[in-house]
Amino acid sequence: MARTALPGRLSTRLTWRVATLAEFHDETATARTLRLDVPGWPGHLPGQHVDVRLTDEDGYSTQRSYSLAAPADGDRIELTVQRLPDGEVSGYLADTYAVGDPIEIRGPVGGWFVWRPPDPAPVLLVAGGSGIVPLMAMIRSRRQAGSRVPFRLVYSVRTPADQFYAAELRRSARADGGLDVAVVYTRSAPDGWARPAGRITAADLEALGWPASFEPTCYVCGPTGFVEAAAGALVDLGHDPRRIRTERFGPST
Amino acid sequence: MSEDFTDDYEDGNALAGPLGELFAVDVTTAIGRCAGCGRSGRVAELRVYSHAPGLVARCPGCDRVMMRLVRGPDAAWLDLRGTVSLRVALPG
Repeated sequence: MARTALPGRLSTRLTWRVATLAEFHDETATARTLRLDVPGWPGHLPGQHVDVRLTDEDGYSTQRSYSLAAPADGDRIELTVQRLPDGEVSGYLADTYAVGDPIEIRGPVGGWFVWRPPDPAPVLLVAGGSGIVPLMAMIRSRRQAGSRVPFRLVYSVRTPADQFYAAELRRSARADGGLDVAVVYTRSAPDGWARPAGRITAADLEALGWPASFEPTCYVCGPTGFVEAAAGALVDLGHDPRRIRTERFGPST
Repeated sequence: MSEDFTDDYEDGNALAGPLGELFAVDVTTAIGRCAGCGRSGRVAELRVYSHAPGLVARCPGCDRVMMRLVRGPDAAWLDLRGTVSLRVALPG
């Protein structure tokens, strides 16, 4: 099958393949970005994820899903892993996993929470914590495609130190035409920040997002409680539920 | 945001890998119809509980179980009793 075939729609059953860590860097004190080489990677759409499987020497095996953080670069893919308290997979990937080590990867998967660059509708991205990861893949794909589709990102994080991709997002807001970035701090804001720290509200989404009358496609990603509240607020603001796509990470940290 | 919201489930996007092992199409974009309340919606929007030994997907409208998927060492078991139909887009 050609490598340009529909990502996620393989002609054969989805199977595990071996990926190798090529390089990494720490994103925050508790999150690490991993660049993996996956021979024969078929490509993917921004918003898709992979399943990662770890198998111990005694045969014990466990798996988790991680969103792809960037468009594919040939056979190289990028994940950003937030270390969870007692997270057996995230702890390994964020602390122990070393360059050259193998892991098993399955994907790309998921065809619903994706953005396709030809889609001309304005886009509202709403991220809670590590929910920024698949949305960053959309921002980077938009840049790679040279798209001028209007994008707005509302990114909720606890403190400035918890922000992923901080330097790139500051640069993107200036360099990527038609990309607006707004950060909402929930625990502590930088000195002089106009908005006091606190959980994101419907008023924030009204002020920082697109009006419902612009008919944007909304992508909301984060811990389940965050997604419930943010998606509910968007519906209350008049957004059509059919244009709100959500990705829940399950329990928040 | 409000602490009242439950945090113990994911959404149907989490089924993409496990169902991708069984089917050649992406089932998470299929439209499923609930046997309980008749609601139609994307499989990606179901509420998926993964604490059990397996995955349980419930209707976001009435909370009825629409799918259960258990993966064993040499087989997968998919129970679709709560789903009336799955509409899968197949271009061409």
